[in-house]
Amino acid sequence: MVGLAHFLILSAILFCLGLFGVLTRRNAVAFLMGIELMLNSAGINFIAFSRFCSHDIHGHVFAAFIIVLAAAEAAIALAIILAIYHNLRTIEVDKIDVLKG
Amino acid sequence: MKIDLYSFLFYFFAVFTAGSAAIVVLSRHILHAAFALLFTFFGVACIYILLNADFIAAAQVLIYVGGVLILILFGVMLTQRIGDVKFIAIPMQLYGAAVICTLIFSLIIYVIYNQPWVIRTQKEITSTTERIGIMLLNDYLLPFEVASLLLIVALVGAAIIAERAKKRW
Repeated sequence: MVGLAHFLILSAILFCLGLFGVLTRRNAVAFLMGIELMLNSAGINFIAFSRFCSHDIHGHVFAAFIIVLAAAEAAIALAIILAIYHNLRTIEVDKIDVLKG
Repeated sequence: MKIDLYSFLFYFFAVFTAGSAAIVVLSRHILHAAFALLFTFFGVACIYILLNADFIAAAQVLIYVGGVLILILFGVMLTQRIGDVKFIAIPMQLYGAAVICTLIFSLIIYVIYNQPWVIRTQKEITSTTERIGIMLLNDYLLPFEVASLLLIVALVGAAIIAERAKKRW
């Protein structure tokens, strides 16, 4: 029977894949995709604990907040990436090494 | 061993989600990665449905697939020459990242199996939407308002940053 551990392991797999993407990608947009994977794995964890370890559904509210934060984060991150691309003509994270605007 | 429908659906969507997530981080073509991310988000929404979270599953499809993924595709299209393949790290970095991720994964698995989780049976909740709405406006009113403020700030901030980029300040 599928229990809490199964969902936690799935979420661990997603988290580690996202971390691997963040550590290895050089493109800033691909970097962002890794972060989205990690946020999704956190959402699965919240819902799984809410389903198996709680009488109520407080975890759902936290998952909803994660979705809101992920949307805001994606909008800001892409605006920054576009600004960097306009100024430096590249979005490779290795080559973005100036702080001057 | 007989497998019931719930287990079958769980394993199917788990393999689906993890497989497309692997494509997201391993694909050499960034557009393939973006489309694999679409399937990952759908797979996670199906996992939410298996966990009786109908509202969160609907929000996942609407916001992630309809919003975040479109933004990411915009980012890909506006900043990337299609067919640009060299965006994987150098091998040394790959090995280091693989070692770190394996270590963290085994640590998480160790914790999952050695922690005595307290399993409680949930009350039968047919639809979670009503309960979530009541909670948001009672227990979680302050975080709810802060989240709406955050969204406004993000909206205005993104517009200002993008406009500066256009003017080339």
